[in-house]
Amino acid sequence: MRSDTTLVSAKICEAGHPASCLLSVIISTVTMHKIWAIIKKDIITELRTKEQFTSMLTFALLVIVIFNFAFGFAPGVLNLAAPAMLWIAFTFAGVLGLSRSFALEKEGNAILGLLLTPTDRSLIYFGKMISNTIFVFITGLIIVPMFVIFFNYDFLDTLLPLIPVIFLGSVGFVAVGTLFSAMAINTRLREVLLPILLFPIIIPVIVGAVKLSTQVLSGESVFEARSALQLLIAFDIIFLTACSVVFEYVIEES
Amino acid sequence: MTGNPDNAEYDIVALGVTKTFDSFDALNGIDLNLRKGEFVTLFGPNGAGKTTLIKLLSTLTKPTTGSLTVAGYDASKEAGKVRASVGVISHDPYLYENLSALENIKFFGEMYGVPDTAMRAKELIELLGLGTRMHDLVRTFSRGMKQRLSVARSIVHDPSVLLLDEPYTGLDQKGARIFTDTLKWLKSHDRTILMTTHNIDEGLQLSDRVGIIMSGKIVYEGSASGLNNDSFKKLYISHVE
Repeated sequence: MRSDTTLVSAKICEAGHPASCLLSVIISTVTMHKIWAIIKKDIITELRTKEQFTSMLTFALLVIVIFNFAFGFAPGVLNLAAPAMLWIAFTFAGVLGLSRSFALEKEGNAILGLLLTPTDRSLIYFGKMISNTIFVFITGLIIVPMFVIFFNYDFLDTLLPLIPVIFLGSVGFVAVGTLFSAMAINTRLREVLLPILLFPIIIPVIVGAVKLSTQVLSGESVFEARSALQLLIAFDIIFLTACSVVFEYVIEES
Repeated sequence: MTGNPDNAEYDIVALGVTKTFDSFDALNGIDLNLRKGEFVTLFGPNGAGKTTLIKLLSTLTKPTTGSLTVAGYDASKEAGKVRASVGVISHDPYLYENLSALENIKFFGEMYGVPDTAMRAKELIELLGLGTRMHDLVRTFSRGMKQRLSVARSIVHDPSVLLLDEPYTGLDQKGARIFTDTLKWLKSHDRTILMTTHNIDEGLQLSDRVGIIMSGKIVYEGSASGLNNDSFKKLYISHVE
């Protein structure tokens, strides 16, 4: 039941060329088909339940509104704190969505059905990670215009440059969050455990994203904060790779 | 169920399998052989190690010691090949509640790498008598319907070995009868089936051989022919109590 491309990639992997192996696995038809099947399943489920999206969006909007009122009488402070407020709203809302991600897999123990299939665990990770990134990124795309309106920023000058920053931040945040969401799946206090595990690890993402957002909101190019951009991209690549490898040990029983 | 058999004849071979969780021995030296096409049922009380054994055979967990061969593959070293050859039906359906019956079976078919999953899923769902509900969400299904759909999930990739972990749990009499008919149909298609259950009536009716597992060990094994409910219940009680 495996396609030729999978067999070829298996042979390359057996030959012991890690880079070629990784590339061949990435482009393998079956690999992509399985990742897409998981993404499609998650999108269909989300369109029906609206559990992740509704909770993330409502929470993020509430945080932005509360911050807006709380700092409304101190415009000087508001300008300094606004990028941090955006990312506080974004990441706390994202945690709500991530905690639901594997909770849905736990219903009817569907996750075991998935683990029983001859699917590499890293593909399950990538499927879940991509669907989570889509949900978190879309939430970000809706939050940012609200944020721009509430905090009186110039709509066109800030909105477009913020989109890649939101994307890079989402990838890093979700890459780690998907792993910890899977780790917390069998614990009683998963809603509490997830943020406790996640936030210390994603501090570089928040630092980088806030710095880049500050640049954008002050009308400057993100490339002027090159170190923050590099930090964010490096974090995304390193943790995406590391989490896909570690996922197998997290999701399987010993 | 003991011995060191020729693997070509057997679909399941377990030799001296143990599984320890911290200091608790869930399995304590299991030897078990199932010939190709054989239906074997293991009876045992709660905590006897039935579910742990099924998890080991389906590669959801690894043995502490001992060797496990399933469908000719080493369960520890060739887990992917074992998974492609095995179907598992449990008391949990392992289905997505918010997907339809068809979407569920198509999804699992895709994860098993089955070609033309839509056609295969439709065929199986109709075969299992759920054709009129194939577009309904699984969360609207009764327990019995979910269990029949989990049969479709477990055989979508046409496995040679089926592992059934207390599949009768939560089924009413009608549901149990329909499920038994489904298992008879599976048995008639030359699949090797290992079932664990509390349900003595159904277990005896379906099996070629039966066993009793107690405290992580198989304490009785024998042919199912010639055994009736009463004689087996006496045998069971004498081994378990």
